[in-house]
Amino acid sequence: MKRWVGAAAAALLASTVAACGSDDSGDSSASDESKTLTVYAAASLTSSFEEIGNQFEADHEGVTVKFSFAGSSDLVAQIQQGAPADVFASADTNNMDKATADDLVEGDPVDFATNTLEIAVPPDNPAGVASLEDVAKSGTKVVVCAAEVPCGAAAQGVEEAAGVDIKPVSEEQSVTDVLNKVTTGEADAGLVYVTDVKAAGDKVKGIAFPESSSVVNTYPIGALADSKNKGLAQAFVDLVTGDAGQQVLADAGFAKP
Amino acid sequence: MARGSRQVGLPTWVFVPAAFGALFVVLPLAAILTRVEWGNFFGLITSDSSVDALLLSLRTSSVSTLLCVIFGVPMAMVLARTSFRGQQVMRSLVLLPLVLPPVVGGIALLYTFGRRGILGHTFEVLGIQVAFSTTAVVLAQTFVALPFLVVSLEGALRTAGGRYEAVASTLGARPTTVFRRVTLPLVLPGLVSGAVLSFARALGEFGATITFAGSLQGVTRTLPLEIYLQRETDADAAVALSLLLVIVAIVVIGLARGRGAI
Repeated sequence: MKRWVGAAAAALLASTVAACGSDDSGDSSASDESKTLTVYAAASLTSSFEEIGNQFEADHEGVTVKFSFAGSSDLVAQIQQGAPADVFASADTNNMDKATADDLVEGDPVDFATNTLEIAVPPDNPAGVASLEDVAKSGTKVVVCAAEVPCGAAAQGVEEAAGVDIKPVSEEQSVTDVLNKVTTGEADAGLVYVTDVKAAGDKVKGIAFPESSSVVNTYPIGALADSKNKGLAQAFVDLVTGDAGQQVLADAGFAKP
Repeated sequence: MARGSRQVGLPTWVFVPAAFGALFVVLPLAAILTRVEWGNFFGLITSDSSVDALLLSLRTSSVSTLLCVIFGVPMAMVLARTSFRGQQVMRSLVLLPLVLPPVVGGIALLYTFGRRGILGHTFEVLGIQVAFSTTAVVLAQTFVALPFLVVSLEGALRTAGGRYEAVASTLGARPTTVFRRVTLPLVLPGLVSGAVLSFARALGEFGATITFAGSLQGVTRTLPLEIYLQRETDADAAVALSLLLVIVAIVVIGLARGRGAI
């Protein structure tokens, strides 16, 4: 029994040492084999970044790209607490600023995409919504994000720009929650991003409105200072900002910064 | 009950894991205390949105607990005092919300009481709008809290046994009289502790509420939802509100203990 425990401990120790060793082995792409690149990205980037990640893995043999998709403020909080991330892509400049203020980003972050709001309605559009004024009409059940989260701040911005006052029946925690209330038909309309409408397919109908251009969300990306794979992290940033990455993002409905 | 009876000594090793277990529960609570900004604690918990959230939570949890008692007591009686085909299956189904992730409960409620749910149309005809209303919060809380009452009370009923009820019945008491004069007084402590557990569960309910009821100040945004939202922008407020919720929970448990229920 004792001997077995000893052997197990030795094996564990050996594997830990080996793991540390491979982590420390430089940044040159020559020693890429069996490396993991961890990318923290805003939830709205999920499908685009997964596609870009596949491309990155195909370009860099032996590299696995792991994603953590969540709200940008959650992600930046985790990075501040020392989460082992190599790249951070935020859905707004505000949260990226928090990371740069703490010197967590290597160099300057690069803006790589923009997103604007759109009205999402159920496919049969039961309330007959055609404009932002219709959304503000009483009797229309509208769901928006709470002002505390970026999509809610954007919604407030377009309300001010358009001079309308929307009385929502619910202020949700995330854009996913808003979209869900619309796809299930609970709400007559919701304010979400263009890319969310596109990703939802035929479950919702998107209605563009001119005032949306008054609030443009900019997405910055940066390699992180504490990354053990700085070379790879920078390569991922380059892929996202390069032609191939931009094409994937454009297909998802993102605009160029 | 154990008071006065001779204590059987515990094996010494039991205390080690017990201490670790207790530490595991107490340490995170202590960690919250270390993070509270005492300087503006009072200001943070008395802001408009915090007060609205606390009052809404207390109100909805009370109504939910009442509903749990109204429906849970008869359910526990049927499960404890009768036997019928499929009773085991029935019991498992009733207790399902205990093990179900609350988000799943929220989705299920959405497809039942939502505008396009199976009962949604009936409700709309009757002029009742459940979606995005405080009613939806109460429904979500009752859904997750009901099993706690049923489980506690069924246990109490089984422990109490049916002997006194049988005696009362042979003396000519009608079933309702037996229930009122014999059963209820016997299982009252079990009922109170079940109700307290239900209240506590309703107070902490988050997943089903955010999925099913939405989140609007004073209408559907209960204290847990407010904490989750504040976390986005103001970590200090979230911590202060967390402590408030802990205090409320301790007060509720303390009151129940004081009455000898738990």
